[in-house]
Amino acid sequence: MKAIVSVFAQDSKGITAYVTGLLAEKEINILDITQTLMQGYFAMIMLVDLADCALPFDELARFLREKGAQRSMDIHIQRQDIFEAMHRI
Amino acid sequence: MSYLINSSEIIQTIEMIDQQHLDVRTVTMGINLLDCASEDMDACCRKVYDKICRRAEKLVETGCAIEREFGIPIVNKRVSVSPISMVAAACRAEDYTPLAQAMDRAAKTVGINFIGGFSALAHKGFTDSDLKLIHSIPRALTETELVCGSVNVASTRAGINMDAVALMGRIIRQTAERAPMGCAKLVVFANAVEDNPFMAGAFHGVGEPECVINVGVSGPGVVAHALRDCQGKPFDVVAETVKKTAFKITRMGQLVAQEASRRLGVPFGVVDLSLAPTPAIGDSVAEILEIMGLEKCGGHGTTAALALLNDAVKKGGVMASSHVGGLSGAFIPVSEDAGMISAVEAGALSIDKLEAMTCVCSVGLDMIAVPGDTPAETLSALIADEAAIGMVNNKTTAVRVIPAIGKTVGDRVDFGGLLGSAPVMPLRSGSAAAFIARGGRIPAPLHSLKN
Repeated sequence: MKAIVSVFAQDSKGITAYVTGLLAEKEINILDITQTLMQGYFAMIMLVDLADCALPFDELARFLREKGAQRSMDIHIQRQDIFEAMHRI
Repeated sequence: MSYLINSSEIIQTIEMIDQQHLDVRTVTMGINLLDCASEDMDACCRKVYDKICRRAEKLVETGCAIEREFGIPIVNKRVSVSPISMVAAACRAEDYTPLAQAMDRAAKTVGINFIGGFSALAHKGFTDSDLKLIHSIPRALTETELVCGSVNVASTRAGINMDAVALMGRIIRQTAERAPMGCAKLVVFANAVEDNPFMAGAFHGVGEPECVINVGVSGPGVVAHALRDCQGKPFDVVAETVKKTAFKITRMGQLVAQEASRRLGVPFGVVDLSLAPTPAIGDSVAEILEIMGLEKCGGHGTTAALALLNDAVKKGGVMASSHVGGLSGAFIPVSEDAGMISAVEAGALSIDKLEAMTCVCSVGLDMIAVPGDTPAETLSALIADEAAIGMVNNKTTAVRVIPAIGKTVGDRVDFGGLLGSAPVMPLRSGSAAAFIARGGRIPAPLHSLKN
């Protein structure tokens, strides 16, 4: 299953390293990644493949949310289908 | 097809959900109960309870799982059942309240927040069972928590059953005298639809399959946000913007509907494209009309603005879903819409304007509190006017009014939760008693010579 991981945080050093580290820990492969700064606010969006991730989706979402909160980041994971459905015909 | 990240699309979707109240308003499972008929009321109740519990066992769990995976809130999980007047027709009992209680227990067991279908279709006349059901409404809806009921009193093909209109005025009063909340769960329809997923008017029509999943999408906040970027632009741009937004909202609803249908092993019925407001700030249909340029919802221009909105929502949504149905349009429930409440309190929105608005929007006089001393005949006359609008214009109309017992204009009735709170609105004076006392049927309108 493919999913979109979105990360929103105040810009600081090491955000990408921290988040990709969390994903690697759970055997999640990153397929595409994009990041931008919006008025000092960091936004990173990743397309990931969950094929090798043993954790159920719910628990993974909770894990990312909690790990994100520890560093004052908002980390969401959502199935990719929703973005495709809403924006592509 | 490989998906490439487009950050603006993704951020837009996340903002719609996080800041603009985008949600799937309801996933409603329609369940046929006609096979639960029995001469014995207890046996019928047992069958009804068992069947609802069996069919909807996994509804809430599945809804919650979809919600978490897609990151889309699914606010309500609900069940609609076959009109109980048909299910109970074989019962010897006079009072159908036990069936409502069985529905209520089943709803609580499966964890849904409303169950609809304590209904009768009496647009041309009453069956004995319709009458028993209607007379059971005051007790049934006030002695249960989650059961919703509806009565269809008119249709474009059959005309208006004025005996039913007269009776429903009295039933609404009796229900209000027991508990005003009962009236918030009771809808009187003209041209009721069989696949509506929204409460309180949902029931599982006789033309429907054994079991079906219907999804209601919402999103007034998203439309309002999109229209804020069109300040001063012509209506062509406004309509186009609403269409594009409705398309996106509906695609999301369609995805959720298909996913729920696949996981539950139940066929997908329709997506109902309705802009259903909630009392939350920024989730209001009235606000959309005001963004279009009206100082206050209810002023002159409101009907035109609503007509544009209602039509554009449908046009945008139709292409986004394989099957569109239900009520589809914009809802204008007063108590559930912060902008409507504020317009009533400012004296800008009257019952007459609301009636005019129902000519061009999806339903009717919805969640309106009226003075507690309103006579039953006046309520019936209000229903007759709405039914006439529905009958002549080939559309669904409905009345859900709450006589606020012991209260008068200027007071407020609080329903809590999604149902919100309603300021008591003045009605026109002048009795309709002699008009309502006539009874009989208003014939169906002519379908030709349309000028």
